[in-house]
Amino acid sequence: MIATLLAQAAEWTRPDIDWHGIAPELVLVVGINLVLLIDLWIDQSKKWMIASLTGFIMLGALVPVVTLAVVGDDVRSMFFDRYVVDDYALILKALFLLVGYLIVLMSQTELEEGGYYQGEYYVMLLVSVLGMVAMASSRDLVSIFVSLELLSIPAYMMAAWRKRDVKSNEAGVKYYLLGVFASGVLLYGMSYLYGTTGSTKLTEIGTALADTEGSLLAMQVIAVAFVIVGFGFKVSAVPFHTWAPDTYQGAPLPVTAFLSVGSKAAGFVGLMSLLFVGLYAADGVYEPFIFVLAALTMTVGNVLALRQTNIVRMLAYSSVSQGGFILMPLAVIASGDAAESALKAVVIYLLIYALSNLGAFAVVMAVSRKTKSGEISSFGGLIQYSPGLGVLMTIFVASLTGIPPLGIWIAKLASFRALIDAATGIAYTLAIIAAINTVISAAYYMKVLREIWMRPVPDGDTSEIVVPQPIWAALGICTVGTIVLGLFPGLVMRFADLPDLTGALGG
Amino acid sequence: MYAFNFLLLSAALFSFGIYGVIARKNAVMVLMSIELILNSVNLNLVAFALMNNSIDGHVFALFVIAIAAAEVGVGLAMVLMIYRNRRSIALDELSEMKG
Repeated sequence: MIATLLAQAAEWTRPDIDWHGIAPELVLVVGINLVLLIDLWIDQSKKWMIASLTGFIMLGALVPVVTLAVVGDDVRSMFFDRYVVDDYALILKALFLLVGYLIVLMSQTELEEGGYYQGEYYVMLLVSVLGMVAMASSRDLVSIFVSLELLSIPAYMMAAWRKRDVKSNEAGVKYYLLGVFASGVLLYGMSYLYGTTGSTKLTEIGTALADTEGSLLAMQVIAVAFVIVGFGFKVSAVPFHTWAPDTYQGAPLPVTAFLSVGSKAAGFVGLMSLLFVGLYAADGVYEPFIFVLAALTMTVGNVLALRQTNIVRMLAYSSVSQGGFILMPLAVIASGDAAESALKAVVIYLLIYALSNLGAFAVVMAVSRKTKSGEISSFGGLIQYSPGLGVLMTIFVASLTGIPPLGIWIAKLASFRALIDAATGIAYTLAIIAAINTVISAAYYMKVLREIWMRPVPDGDTSEIVVPQPIWAALGICTVGTIVLGLFPGLVMRFADLPDLTGALGG
Repeated sequence: MYAFNFLLLSAALFSFGIYGVIARKNAVMVLMSIELILNSVNLNLVAFALMNNSIDGHVFALFVIAIAAAEVGVGLAMVLMIYRNRRSIALDELSEMKG
């Protein structure tokens, strides 16, 4: 064995590397080392510079993403088609980098005032974003796994960033144990997938599974199920959601915002690449499975959100149930001609959900700076003393509910459109469940709005909330994004073309 | 070929690991159970690499080993942190938040 390996090594040549194609990742890698080194020598009083530097690195990595999008439609594939830069990857990379930038803006004051370790925090954030950016391009089991761990391991540490706080400890440990357990299950599924198809490359797995013409081996059924369970933990789908509320509540608020948007979106991206390119032919296994997961996730998330009194915990359950809506179109990708509209629906949902949810978290951060409380009742009378924040929260919450013309309504519309394109009984059933859930979700979102607009101020303290500049900036970006994408979804829709994802790879 | 035996062994290891994660209350024991799961994956990958006569499985196993080491490093650090704050690493006592 070793001898043959060595013989192969002699004829090894370096694969062609498309430097422009991996420029966003390279910028991030250089940035990570830069932040790490500068943090060693910088004076404690100047630590705020690290935050600005991290923000510039995120925006700097966005530059090659934009130039790649401008240069053309040609699909760049590297490392023997295992790492692909296409429009689908680009729009998601842009999303992850934008989320990273918004999180930097939101973290800045929180970290300075809370006495956290700052340099290390931003290094972790950058590494996690690097994992997400790599996930968008991964088309191989190994690179999907490595990206998933690269984005998760720093996130475990960030969730436990308040070292002396038992709640933050608990948040970190629960997230860590369930996350690692999930990657174990995912890996077991991947190993069966590799064993039965003979390749780790998604396109080759896709061909091998298509060759079985629907009669899958028992091991392949197990493999597909385990892979979906593994990603189910990552995207906090019911019944694998148990870590999410505790982790979201215990972690520092900017980290919660990051987890509920960034790592959830990255989980969906990995799941989508696998389903559309690799497992597409195994629809007999994943369609019913994802149908059950999506229906449960929406319903359980909503019902549990109804009885929450803590705003962060409510947003945690709301994010679980939104995950169900994002999962919904994936349940029908192989029925009818729903594949294309399902891909579009998921991508646009991830984009708009990210902006609306981050905006809601930014308002919660700003308000809790004054009230020092996480209860929904602490929002009472917000509109009287801080009309700006009250109106913004109304916009974000209305968008999360799905009220036109704000953001998420168009994403929900796209998801329903995918179900109707599928035109099967299962799809219509799911559409009805989703419609009922949209109404239920309105109940708890409206509870927040009622506090803001109609209730009196709880402690009579009507001094205006002082919002730090970076949080204003984050709020501005989120508001503009939520409204503009709701009105002109075509701006991003065109990036999520199905032929780009599957066709260009011969899948 | 004997590959089937390897798969059987790894399935058994995987099941022990799952049982350990669910049933054990001690954080270190749970970490060890997770290691069992990851090692059953490695065994699978190497056995399949032999069966398929391809190198991918070996490479995948090396990645899994390296990343598992990083994960356990983080995990032990967290267990230590909890022990410092609570003087106990029993996972069922971690219930600050409910609902």
